[in-house]
Amino acid sequence: MTHFLDIAVPVAMIFLTATIFMAFVRLIKGPSFPDRVVALDIMTTVAMGLIGLYAMETGEAIFLDVALLLALVSFLGTVAFAYYVERRQLATGSSE
Amino acid sequence: MIQDMLCAVLVILGTLFIVIAGIGILRMPDLFMRMSCTSKATTLGMGFIMAALAVRFPHLEIVTRALVITLFAFLTAPVAAHMIARAAYVSRVPLWKESVVDQLCNRYDRCTCTLESCPVVDDSMTGRFRDEPATEEPRRDEDAGV
Repeated sequence: MTHFLDIAVPVAMIFLTATIFMAFVRLIKGPSFPDRVVALDIMTTVAMGLIGLYAMETGEAIFLDVALLLALVSFLGTVAFAYYVERRQLATGSSE
Repeated sequence: MIQDMLCAVLVILGTLFIVIAGIGILRMPDLFMRMSCTSKATTLGMGFIMAALAVRFPHLEIVTRALVITLFAFLTAPVAAHMIARAAYVSRVPLWKESVVDQLCNRYDRCTCTLESCPVVDDSMTGRFRDEPATEEPRRDEDAGV
């Protein structure tokens, strides 16, 4: 029996890449600005999963530090975008 | 052997959640529905993949990092999703046209970001924003007794 994990991890990486492309489509055509922020947030979370799979493939623990850093930057970016959207609305009273 | 099988099952489960979230972000008609189906599912899928990593390599350095990443994602994802959703609601991102209930309608002041305690019964269920003219009759249950 061939090693089951040798098949599962590359297939999972392909599916996760497809999910990043789906979120990228939403990033391109999202009708409003918060749609794009949500798509970017999803892309970074899926990229963290992809980094985890790559660390599993190579056995290198150092990639997990990259995933942790990506989580930090993603959270800060999302909060900054949300704050910007809210303040812009409150300041100008206009949407988009 | 059993360890590899458990790891593969966790990887497949995580991938399944993430792919469902990806389909949801493409297909859902509305920002709030998209957020509802993506922000939870991707975080859970990522947590499953990190758990698979911890099962595959049971060393201290990998298990602690996977645990820290999962904890951080589980703590910050709801906060980020809440902040985006509130910013979107404040900046009047439209709801889906067939949405039935908008419970913040007529109760939420977008200028001061405060919520009124006393609900306005009249057209709080129409799903319309305050300054938009209501073109349809509000859907209400006649026997609701309100």
